Amino acid sequence: MDFETVIGLEVHAQLTTETKIFCTCSTTFGGAPNSHACPVCLGMPGVLPVLNKKVVEYAMKMALATNCTINPQNVFARKNYFYPDLPKGYQISQYAYPIAEHGYIWIEAGDEKKKIGITRIHMEEDAGKLIHDENNPSSYVDLNRTGVPLIEIVSEPDIRSPEEAAEYLKRLHEILVYLEICDGNMEEGSFRCDANVSIRPRGRKEFGTRTELKNMNSFRNVQRALEYEVKRQQYRVENGETIVQETRLWDDAQGVTNPMRSKEEAHDYRYFPDPDLVPVVIDADWVARIQSEMPELPLNMRERFVAEYGIPAYDAGVLTSDKALALYYEEVVRRCGQPKIASNWVMGDVLKYLNEDKRSIRECPISPVALSDMIALIEKGTISGKMAKELVEDMYKTGKPPQEIISEKGMVQITDEGQLAQTITAIIEANPAQVAQYRAGKDKIFGFFVGQVMKATGGKANPQLVNDLLKKALAG
Amino acid sequence: MELYSLTIHELQDLLKKGEVSAREIAESVFARVDAVEEKVHSYIRLMKDEALAQAAQADADIKKGEIKPLTGIPVALKDIVCTKGVPTTCGSRILHNFVPPYNATVVEKLSAAGAVFVGKANMDEFAMGSSTETSYFGPTRNPWDLERIPGGSSGGSASAVAADECIASIGSDTGGSIRQPAALCGVVGMKPTYGRVSRFGLIAFASSLDQIGPFTKDVEDCAIMMNALAGYDPKESTSVQADVPDYRQFLGRDIKGWKIGIPKEYFVEGIDPEVAAAVEKAMSVVKACGGEAIDISLPHTQYCLAVYYIIAPAEASSNLARYDGVKYGYRAQGVRDLAEMYKKTRQEGFGAEVKRRIMIGTYALSAGYYDAYYGKASQVRALIRRDFDEAFKRCDVILTPTTPTPAFKLGEKTDDPLQMYLSDIFTISTNLAGIPGMSVPCGFSKAGLPLGVQFLANHFEEGKLLQIASVYEKAAAIEKRRPAL
Repeated sequence: MDFETVIGLEVHAQLTTETKIFCTCSTTFGGAPNSHACPVCLGMPGVLPVLNKKVVEYAMKMALATNCTINPQNVFARKNYFYPDLPKGYQISQYAYPIAEHGYIWIEAGDEKKKIGITRIHMEEDAGKLIHDENNPSSYVDLNRTGVPLIEIVSEPDIRSPEEAAEYLKRLHEILVYLEICDGNMEEGSFRCDANVSIRPRGRKEFGTRTELKNMNSFRNVQRALEYEVKRQQYRVENGETIVQETRLWDDAQGVTNPMRSKEEAHDYRYFPDPDLVPVVIDADWVARIQSEMPELPLNMRERFVAEYGIPAYDAGVLTSDKALALYYEEVVRRCGQPKIASNWVMGDVLKYLNEDKRSIRECPISPVALSDMIALIEKGTISGKMAKELVEDMYKTGKPPQEIISEKGMVQITDEGQLAQTITAIIEANPAQVAQYRAGKDKIFGFFVGQVMKATGGKANPQLVNDLLKKALAG
Repeated sequence: MELYSLTIHELQDLLKKGEVSAREIAESVFARVDAVEEKVHSYIRLMKDEALAQAAQADADIKKGEIKPLTGIPVALKDIVCTKGVPTTCGSRILHNFVPPYNATVVEKLSAAGAVFVGKANMDEFAMGSSTETSYFGPTRNPWDLERIPGGSSGGSASAVAADECIASIGSDTGGSIRQPAALCGVVGMKPTYGRVSRFGLIAFASSLDQIGPFTKDVEDCAIMMNALAGYDPKESTSVQADVPDYRQFLGRDIKGWKIGIPKEYFVEGIDPEVAAAVEKAMSVVKACGGEAIDISLPHTQYCLAVYYIIAPAEASSNLARYDGVKYGYRAQGVRDLAEMYKKTRQEGFGAEVKRRIMIGTYALSAGYYDAYYGKASQVRALIRRDFDEAFKRCDVILTPTTPTPAFKLGEKTDDPLQMYLSDIFTISTNLAGIPGMSVPCGFSKAGLPLGVQFLANHFEEGKLLQIASVYEKAAAIEKRRPAL
């Protein structure tokens, strides 16, 4: 049977505000257990939440970036359930009146662009963590994370394959990082994803029974978990078994999904408006102010790079995959005025070295100034492209500016025609057989002479000049 | 005259003149507590050491010429407001050992005004009750008749003022928990407008209804306490940023030409005839002072009790979820797993009335019932609020009985929750509407039990309440009796 996959994703993104959503504790990750906690986030008796306005503004940025409608009045609600990492016995979230709804983002699906709907974005507080002691039948509660602001971004069931799901997540992640509202660290849990997935015979309108997948902490795992789950569902349907609506946990080591104990998921959250908080009123002026503070988003930047710099879409995609990389590239171009050449160097040598060392562009020892200076030196003919390859490696290793390395190593290109002519004459005299072949019409052997000249000059000869002089000399 | 029997303003006069010291006042009050507390049981915990230190500080301040509005005045705190370093139990086993690391904003404000804290007053568990019989620490008795209840939930705060075990006190009022015990103990009690007094550090019962207010021996003292308590608090989102007047300026001002609304829905069958007669008499005193009685209608009154007993338990069921034995307070021992720890802790830590309300509230918020209960109740609540908006277009204040009967006997209603709930029938609408209300003594029953009249005003018009109450108090000249303890 031919099946169609239907996927909807729920992403939780931790916001990088300095303080928590309802108190003034630090949001810094880590720290001794319960060191970033106060009576308010510990849920002690009689304490009250006061909303951090920055959280609203960060959520508004995400809403604008994902083409959502921002609700002028939105309301915090209590989601009630018992768990030791939830000190109040309820999570302050949004339910009937979220901050934003009805948006979309673009993703690449094969060669096409595809719109994925955003159902809603809402603000909420994170819960704490339990630490289980293996040598002791007890558990400890760390509430440092309690009250760290989150936005939950819920997609429409518009995603049709695990690859699309991974692509959607990457685009969403990229937007959050570009907006500088989330650090995007999946390992530390600042970007988390749950997936709802079902299958249906292609052509049918009704959705199949869905399962919810949790515990996937990388883009790759999301894709793997979905691939496994789609296969599992297909197998069951093809064998006449039914799909049970349930929550399943991804087991990374085994590469399978397993049902979560149903006791833990049988919740009636009893949402109701939180009487301790007043509705958040967002007027047009506030939206306009946030709009004016919006940075350029990755999709726009990608299109602008193609249009403004004339570089291929592929290059623009690679360069904008990380905001810092895009800014680095733009700085190099601004200084050297050579967009394609700059793109080649950044995407080629610079990224190669960084990837080898698992470093980000922020840790790159070559500054944009140094790289653009180096490009200018090639342009001026001071060094050859080949020398530049060596130079970049040295620049990366030492962090020194190109001029310094050039003078240290005496890496200046030979552009003296007289000097080169002497070398060429000597080579022609030493290789009469090859000269005869060339003159008999075997053009390909020209490269042999170039190689000889370069060898003789230690690679320092200006290639263009070598070409011109060689042609003249060989022509006899 | 003993110092403990005086009012705030009388004691302040004596302090200013240097005729008494704060230490003498504190010692007088603690001597009174020693004499009567065994009979009345107003307190869960006394704070004598702290009080004597505060009194010494007050005397030092007075010596320097610094005398603040409550300098040296012994005040009792309902055990629902958090006191830093002093156990705060909310009348419950589940918090029997809870010591807050912070003060409620009102505690900070009273401290800043110079108050001396006598102790933490007894109350119905989590303020759920109308008789102070649900306290884990045992009931409080009405100083006027020890066989009777003092009202509730702030019964200890009311009885402490009535029995002269403090000069003034604070309580909290979610559906009448200040005004009902004030009436039954023969003292003045005010529930301010929702948002007027900070709730920070007030252990939540029903967050959209709870409000802190004072108990005092007379109306002038009520104004003095309100001056200390009222004001915006950045630590509370529902606190209102509105100017706070000097409430003393309203005292004794003329009420000539004021329209006094008499809601017909509040004068129905079932009111004790002595209460009805006393309120009738109060009305004639107000008229004699220049007030004009007009008939008004609050048409949704009949739904108040039902709406209240959905909204308050719903909020409570969520507010009380944090008492799970994990972080503080009571934790059941000998349990095998987490679920059992939760169950046993809450089973053993909460009393029957609290559990009843948690179950009602949980049910009202459950999937499939939300719209029919909580949703509907919220809609009707809006109509109740509108009733008052309409009424205050026609009148300055509303006058009603505070309670349908005088104080009842201990145990009389404990087996019949519905009868117990009905004792708040005249006070609940105020909290649903968020408006201020005040109970003022209006005489005694033949059996010698105090009776109260209630005044209600529009949002943030506590000044009007104090104005009419002070005029009434003076003109009525209710006989000054003391409970015979």
